[in-house]
Amino acid sequence: MSELTQLTLAAALDGLEKKTFSSRELTEAFIGAVETANPQLNAYVVQTPEKALEMADASDTRRAKDEAGKLDGAPLGIKDLYCTRGVRTTACSAILGEFTPPYESTVTQNLWDEGAVMLGKLNMDEFAMGSSNETSAFGSVANPWRRNDGANATLTPGGSSGGSAAAVAADLCLGATASDTGGSIRQPAAFTGTVGIKPTYGRASRYGMVAFASSLDQAGPIAKTVEDAAILLEVMCSHDEKDSTSLPVETPDWRSDVSKPINGMKIGIPKEYRIDGMPEEIEALWQQGIAWLKAEGAEIVDVSLPHTKYALPAYYIVAPAEASSNLARYDGMRYGARVDGEDLTATYQGTRGDGFGAEVQRRLMIGTYVLSSGYYDAYYLRAQKVRTKILQDFQNVFTEVDALLTPATPSAAFAYGERSDDPVAMYLNDVFTVTANLAGLPGISVPAALDGQGLPLGLQVIGKALDEAACFKVGAAIERAAGFSAKPDKWW
Amino acid sequence: MSVTKDDVKKVARLSRIAVDEGRLEDLAGELNGILNWIEQLNEVDISDVEPMTSVVEASLPMRDDLVTDGDKVGDVLANAPKSEDGFFIVPRSVE
Repeated sequence: MSELTQLTLAAALDGLEKKTFSSRELTEAFIGAVETANPQLNAYVVQTPEKALEMADASDTRRAKDEAGKLDGAPLGIKDLYCTRGVRTTACSAILGEFTPPYESTVTQNLWDEGAVMLGKLNMDEFAMGSSNETSAFGSVANPWRRNDGANATLTPGGSSGGSAAAVAADLCLGATASDTGGSIRQPAAFTGTVGIKPTYGRASRYGMVAFASSLDQAGPIAKTVEDAAILLEVMCSHDEKDSTSLPVETPDWRSDVSKPINGMKIGIPKEYRIDGMPEEIEALWQQGIAWLKAEGAEIVDVSLPHTKYALPAYYIVAPAEASSNLARYDGMRYGARVDGEDLTATYQGTRGDGFGAEVQRRLMIGTYVLSSGYYDAYYLRAQKVRTKILQDFQNVFTEVDALLTPATPSAAFAYGERSDDPVAMYLNDVFTVTANLAGLPGISVPAALDGQGLPLGLQVIGKALDEAACFKVGAAIERAAGFSAKPDKWW
Repeated sequence: MSVTKDDVKKVARLSRIAVDEGRLEDLAGELNGILNWIEQLNEVDISDVEPMTSVVEASLPMRDDLVTDGDKVGDVLANAPKSEDGFFIVPRSVE
């Protein structure tokens, strides 16, 4: 029943509702697809087929009694960053060993409360630090997409939510949870022809999400369509007393925004997102996006966000600083893998020297350096003030426009090894996405075209704080106009 | 401002990360690359600017100081590398 796995989440929920097929049938189809594909793609780091079938049967029972929730019976993949009770959660770091949470993250609990089925845990960059999935302790993920040059080079699905993006693109789940600290939802979505949205900071609870940089981390879905992303995000978001930064706001009905017209909306085009060395195809796609939105009745306005170039350097102070503080908890004492040394300090150092990968160590040292005595004002405080300037840029343009249209990434997916030797070159992947994290704003990446090598490219829509609705409306307009229906050729 | 091998050693110690002597040189180069790139923030005029706290005005919520959870010794110790009789076993820290 491989055709079942190709359904969108919306279509699958419709089929379940009409009893065209059962959740067990749907779940079995996905379990089979994952078993076949995973040795090649490495999208899942934990598979939970028995738990999935148990959840599917329970869902079928609820459907029989007309007690179905919003996601009842829908098989999903969960990024390994979310704590799942009784199922190993390591954020793809060796330092967490076989850590098996005795509690559930709020975001995943929200999904189960609405009847969703868990297929397993998805691969990611270690502690979400990376843009290519290369830093995972479980090995990298293969992008289902390949270039059309016949060379069959293995491409990255992006990162850090590379497993989530690859699994959705390869029909190994109906949708997936992901998380975004500097672009970790939107960049992999763009690299795999999928839709990814990061909501406003505070929309979704961070309780039970393995922390990277607490003032930037935000949950969101990767999905096959804009409508599917809206369905998932509605369930993932909630006010949660267990996260003091969770906003006490109602979650709107975003699914209905997807079909709303955009005529009369003002869409800003920030000139600073036209960067040196950007491929011609990215510029052409951006112009195409502008033309599509005009044709749908939107008014296009040129705007300026003058502090854009400072976003990435500010991010690479704030994120490592917060990470060095957050990851201090991994000391080998209470959970995770311990490497015994001759005394306590040697045990700490050995545990963290062996348990953390090279990129995580690099960022922890940067973070420790910028927070060390005498440097706090020069680095962290300055970066937080630059963040205010970046937010003010957005607030200024949002007095005249309703949303912004930008490319999602400065290139299509690249092959493994092409970027990894220079950390700063790798960091540039997030140049278009990181601004929304620093300012706390919602951003959606929508697949819009294939490049000359046959690889997907995405456009990004950034909205005002708490105006995910604009992201969904404009994102859906791009989706309609682009008519993007390409799928990767199945080689796995 | 340039990071030396000794600085890397100090930062590694502060980060409680064991780093082989042979890696210090490379790490110093990488950290310098990142820190030099970060230096461009000095171009921004940040006088009279408050550090960013949140995008949506929000104050930290208050709650009553009550015990709402507990008696979960088994859960707390379930992932311990070493435990005994309801305690974590850790290396000696006082001589």
